[in-house]
Amino acid sequence: MKSRLRFTLQLSFTLLVCLFMIVPVAMSVMAGLTENYFVGLESGLTLRWVNEVWQLYADTIWLSIKLALACLLITILIGVPAAYGLLRSRRRWANALEELLLLPVAVPGLATALALLLAYGSYREFRGSWLFILVGHVLFTLPFMVRAVLSVMQTAKLPQLEEAAASLGASFRQRFFGVVIPNCMSGILAGALMVVTLSIGEFNITWMLHTPLTKTLPVGLADSYASMRLEIGSAYTLIFLVMVVPLLVAIQWAGRLTEQRR
Amino acid sequence: MSSSVSITLNQCSRTFAGGNTALQPLDLQVNAGETLVLLGPSGCGKTTTLRIISGLESPDKGGQVLFGERDVTALPIEKRDVGMVFQNYALFPNMSVADNIAYGLKIQRLPRAEIAHRLDEVMRMVDLQGFGERRIDALSGGQKQRVALARAIAVRPKVLLFDEPLAALDAKLRDRLRIEIGQLLRELGTTAVYVTHDQDEAMALGDRIAVMQAGRIAQLGTPQEIYHQPANAFVADFIGAVNCLDVISTRADGGLVVHGGGLRASHLQEVSTVYCRPEDIKVVPLDQADVKGKVVQSIFLGQTQRLMVDTGGASPLQIEAPSRQRWPNGTAIGLALHSSVLFHPDKPTTPVNAKEMANG
Amino acid sequence: MTAASKQPSGAASYLSRPSTMVGPARRKRFIALFALLPALVIFCAFWLLPFSRLIMMGAEADPSSGISAYLTILTHRQYLISLATTVGLSLVVSLVAVAIAGVAGFFLARQRFFGKSILVAILTFPLAFPGVVVGFLVIMLGGRQGALAQASLWLFGERWMFAYSLAGLFIGYLYFSIPRVITTVMAACDNLDQSLEEAARSLGANTWQVTKDVIVPGIAPALLSTGAICFATSMGAFGTAFTLGTRLSILPLNIYGEFTNYANFAMAAALSVVLGVITWMALSLARRLAGGNLGASV
Repeated sequence: MKSRLRFTLQLSFTLLVCLFMIVPVAMSVMAGLTENYFVGLESGLTLRWVNEVWQLYADTIWLSIKLALACLLITILIGVPAAYGLLRSRRRWANALEELLLLPVAVPGLATALALLLAYGSYREFRGSWLFILVGHVLFTLPFMVRAVLSVMQTAKLPQLEEAAASLGASFRQRFFGVVIPNCMSGILAGALMVVTLSIGEFNITWMLHTPLTKTLPVGLADSYASMRLEIGSAYTLIFLVMVVPLLVAIQWAGRLTEQRR
Repeated sequence: MSSSVSITLNQCSRTFAGGNTALQPLDLQVNAGETLVLLGPSGCGKTTTLRIISGLESPDKGGQVLFGERDVTALPIEKRDVGMVFQNYALFPNMSVADNIAYGLKIQRLPRAEIAHRLDEVMRMVDLQGFGERRIDALSGGQKQRVALARAIAVRPKVLLFDEPLAALDAKLRDRLRIEIGQLLRELGTTAVYVTHDQDEAMALGDRIAVMQAGRIAQLGTPQEIYHQPANAFVADFIGAVNCLDVISTRADGGLVVHGGGLRASHLQEVSTVYCRPEDIKVVPLDQADVKGKVVQSIFLGQTQRLMVDTGGASPLQIEAPSRQRWPNGTAIGLALHSSVLFHPDKPTTPVNAKEMANG
Repeated sequence: MTAASKQPSGAASYLSRPSTMVGPARRKRFIALFALLPALVIFCAFWLLPFSRLIMMGAEADPSSGISAYLTILTHRQYLISLATTVGLSLVVSLVAVAIAGVAGFFLARQRFFGKSILVAILTFPLAFPGVVVGFLVIMLGGRQGALAQASLWLFGERWMFAYSLAGLFIGYLYFSIPRVITTVMAACDNLDQSLEEAARSLGANTWQVTKDVIVPGIAPALLSTGAICFATSMGAFGTAFTLGTRLSILPLNIYGEFTNYANFAMAAALSVVLGVITWMALSLARRLAGGNLGASV
């Protein structure tokens, strides 16, 4: 009896929290897809708001995608060797270096952006290009790629695999591309999903670094919330959700795969 | 010390959600004050049986668990008054040794003086005096297991349950603790059920042993019965080492022809194999041998050595020889197998005494 | 025969001993350094050096007060209030988030029922929402045309709003904190050693006692760690407050204001550094408590 009551109470509480999480999202989705927000569903479903958003903000969406992919490329090129370097370094150095790389994450995005502006803001060309924002994104997402790859390398007991390959005569290049990389694929995948999701949603750094010509999706969102009507903002948010939720699902699924493998 | 109860399981079975049947309907009676060992390979159902007795799991519908006369099937573990010792100790990391041991007593709301008295008594029994204030993570494996033991007996349970408590320890420690646990159990006189996969442990600790296989009890008996009169091929093979000799033919006078020679076994008629323990085979001069063969391998085991003897059969015979003898590979060897040490699981034999053996 | 080759002791021995790194071992260190080089170069060029400059800039004089910006923060009321508000708000949000999500997370980790994975998904997918979106969602709930306003209009004839006040900020911060705590709590509960609870039950403990004596101490480090992460995230949150258009004085908005509106670089720098130090300390604490495992997002 008592446990029944406890179960029901806890379930109700959890359901309330769930409602808190999802009601505003549902409202926003509705507002973005219905003719008249105040009338609600009866006013009919429409894509006109989504269309308007596309007219106004298509370039922000493309820029965000471009940034995310560029960020991914760079973090893979830099992050995978870095993870390997950390794996092969002495424990204390590796920990210290990882802490160091984490600083752009530990410190608020504003501070990182401010530092960048004050240091490189005077280089007009650089300041005005999307590369400026890219730098911010790379600084912020790199530690996540490194950690994801490093933890897979550690679990896969990479040093032992390498020693086995070396004992069979493989050179460093053969070992790196034939043993190391294939064995941390799942880490690279997990890191990639993380990096792309973080880059698409990054605001704190990007807001300070953007110019009217280099606006990303979140920056556009802030714009639309401030100056556009509710329906536009909602439709824009909907597009963002459509981009980000599948990525989140993919992250969960990739995480479950690594669990099974272990 | 505490009043002990008998445990009865009636038709207890357990099938898990995935369709895995861990336990076939089982009847088991544990006498008050006895130590029953559940022995078997992994997956045989011994842990499931223990957990059903403890109350951590319930038997499938129709199963019944009785402590003495009392039906406890519906009672959860916290109401069954048992003491349980886990394989990985399960000590509370946030409490000291004394707090761990006294936990059950605090739950029972015993007065402080009584708790202190029992703590003292129990810590003396497991040889942990003075350890009260130590932190759990500062203890060795053996010490941790003693704390777990102390915690379980402090509450003076009616039934003590052990879930492979020594499996995580190294061999020497295991030997020592095995002896201490045995003494403790005798001293306490509490009914105990002990799960292990280690036969030496089972035979040293158990008043009776239930050998289990694939969710069933293959044989229930005293250690001597299990060892010398195995009820089926599984038990014969699982407990200790055993030699199986194929019977090629039967002679007119009742003797059995086997590879390398012949045997006399009047109690074993119409069998296709004859079983024999390595330590029961004697090395004798070739002209007095029942079976002749060639040594193909000798394995030095310290206090004894094991010889593998090829008699022409499918697999070599294992015998034991004194450790100081030298048997180079290829040496011819003569073996004597007295009829009293030959057995077959399906043919029950009466226990043998030393005089009979000498005459054989 | 005298012991001719006696090893010298202490520091001298370290220097005079032949190099312990020969051949493969030395190459290994070299490779490690080489592999780390690109990351370190990028990091130093684009973060370490700029941030060091930022730290120095914060020591410069604040135009309005005439003394170093750091000192101005510590002595002028408006900045102290801002600091206190930010810290206070972040602390309260963290406590409430841990309490709420702790209960819900524990319930979800332990119970098995139909639809559970849907509930878990609902509770964790807001993890990826940037602050701006959360701000917008708060407006959807409590803004001029939000759910509460419409309900109150319909019931009482007047609009009730909370989005633009401290309550709105609180709700927003709570919204992005809860998913973080829930994922951590669920993971911590899964990692609990079942046999500890079984042992407690075997000694007679009922559910409440097992929770109090075994489970809570078991997940306490995870709770503290995730609480510290919530604190750090709330301290540094900018997008949420920005969208809510709050005129409340919190540090991130101050930084933005000083930089954009007043071009007071020294003060902006100083505030950034102070904020950065606080969040970094909170996250270091969190990492130490959790044993070095980053949560879903920091």
